[in-house]
Amino acid sequence: MRIPEQIQRLAVITAVIIVSVLIARFLLIPRSLISDELHRASTIQRENAKPIKFAGSTTCQDCHEDKSTQIRKGYHKNLSCEGCHGPAAQHAENPMGVKPFAPRDRKFCPLCHGYDASRPTGFPQINPTVHNPVKPCITCHNPHDPVPLQVPQSCSACHAQIQRTTAVSSHALLRCTTCHNVPAQHKTAPRSVMPSKPSTREFCGTCHGKESTQKDAPKIDLTNHGNAYLCWQCHYPHLPEGRG
Amino acid sequence: MNKREFLKGLILFFPAGGLATILTKRVGAGETGGKEKGPEAPGGKEAKTRPNGAYDPERHYYGMGIEIDKCIGCSRCVEACKAENNVPPEPFFFRTWVERYVITRNREVTVEGINVKSKTARETTQDDREVLRSFFVPKLCNQCANPPCVQVCPVGATFSTKDGVILVDAKRCIGCRYCIQACPYAARYLHPETKTADKCTFCYHRVVKGLLPACVEVCPTQARIFGDLRSKASRLVRFHRMNKVHVLKPSLNTDPKVYYAQLDGEVR
Repeated sequence: MRIPEQIQRLAVITAVIIVSVLIARFLLIPRSLISDELHRASTIQRENAKPIKFAGSTTCQDCHEDKSTQIRKGYHKNLSCEGCHGPAAQHAENPMGVKPFAPRDRKFCPLCHGYDASRPTGFPQINPTVHNPVKPCITCHNPHDPVPLQVPQSCSACHAQIQRTTAVSSHALLRCTTCHNVPAQHKTAPRSVMPSKPSTREFCGTCHGKESTQKDAPKIDLTNHGNAYLCWQCHYPHLPEGRG
Repeated sequence: MNKREFLKGLILFFPAGGLATILTKRVGAGETGGKEKGPEAPGGKEAKTRPNGAYDPERHYYGMGIEIDKCIGCSRCVEACKAENNVPPEPFFFRTWVERYVITRNREVTVEGINVKSKTARETTQDDREVLRSFFVPKLCNQCANPPCVQVCPVGATFSTKDGVILVDAKRCIGCRYCIQACPYAARYLHPETKTADKCTFCYHRVVKGLLPACVEVCPTQARIFGDLRSKASRLVRFHRMNKVHVLKPSLNTDPKVYYAQLDGEVR
């Protein structure tokens, strides 16, 4: 059987088109445009080549050994140097030419230590407007070894979390001994001689009862307020609701 | 020359000419290992040697743990991320950010981003007496094992690496914002300069060199934990052993690799 001439011509044209498409696909277009693998590899290369700004805490201690041993002993032991001093990779490469940032004014410390109701309970916080206003924090506190300035009161030395919690509550001005009777032996044998805890509703009622002479405390009627419960089953005395 | 001859010649001429130039190019390029683009060649060679050396992406699988009870909302992580990754300073471009959740007595939930710009102590907007509970939630790209953003990208510009990080190929990205819409965690933004999608990379350039992501590095309370899920004992594995963990929006089946401890049910 003879193939008609027009079919032959069409076949030639089709073949030319197919060949040119194949050439375009495999020769003209660079592989880097098509291959996912190459694309991804080059993205990872570009990503890896990005400059590092934060040198990492282990880099700092190579030169600043004194500061790093000092900070490891204090409350700030888990802090990274660059958390306060800012990115310092350039400083590590060129210690004289580039100096890292050192926060010295009052604005920086309250970023962590200013009172904020959303912060976790017991995190040490102050109210920056009333806590020694104007003075920079570093005049009293050494950020590399922060300690509370005052000699810790006997309770907060061990019960710091409760003390800090109470410090921002409306019970801030109460002494621990207002509610707890603390035998002297508790300081020497804390587990065998325990302080007392209030045991009756009437105890809270001495301030919060309707007949109380305490002016600032919110008042309730003990006879009809939550009869079935003891006060501290609903209200946490170290952080009662309704601050301020 | 008549029309017929002209057309015949045309059919032969163009492919032949194109082929000739391509073949000469090929021969020239063949010596530099078939790489087409000159300026990328040095970086390419450096990275080529890496898999033979220290870092092997097959042996790692990264994740992050976040302990909500430890976050104090100081936004050091946000600022460190912006510094490390050249994220624009405007307070609406973030690779990682911190949200404040406030749940009031009448069970209203308010969520607000912490403004990194303000250096003064931030205060809750509500009266403290109305607040039932309040806390901070750090957020970032969840580096999903089953990522919706990768599925929707029309040009294949975003992909998962073998070590479990989602990256964006900024050269391929066409800036269509489809992935930004698809991300259930709102972790992506369109970079205003490059006009391409940008997101957290777990600080990939730091992690492959054995450093921690910038946010984890600076976190003062260790609320953020970074580690290798493939390792038998890493900080993240310890985090998984010691905490009850949960992920964000598990119902979407995205299989996130950012794990939260003490996650409140109100967190979206």
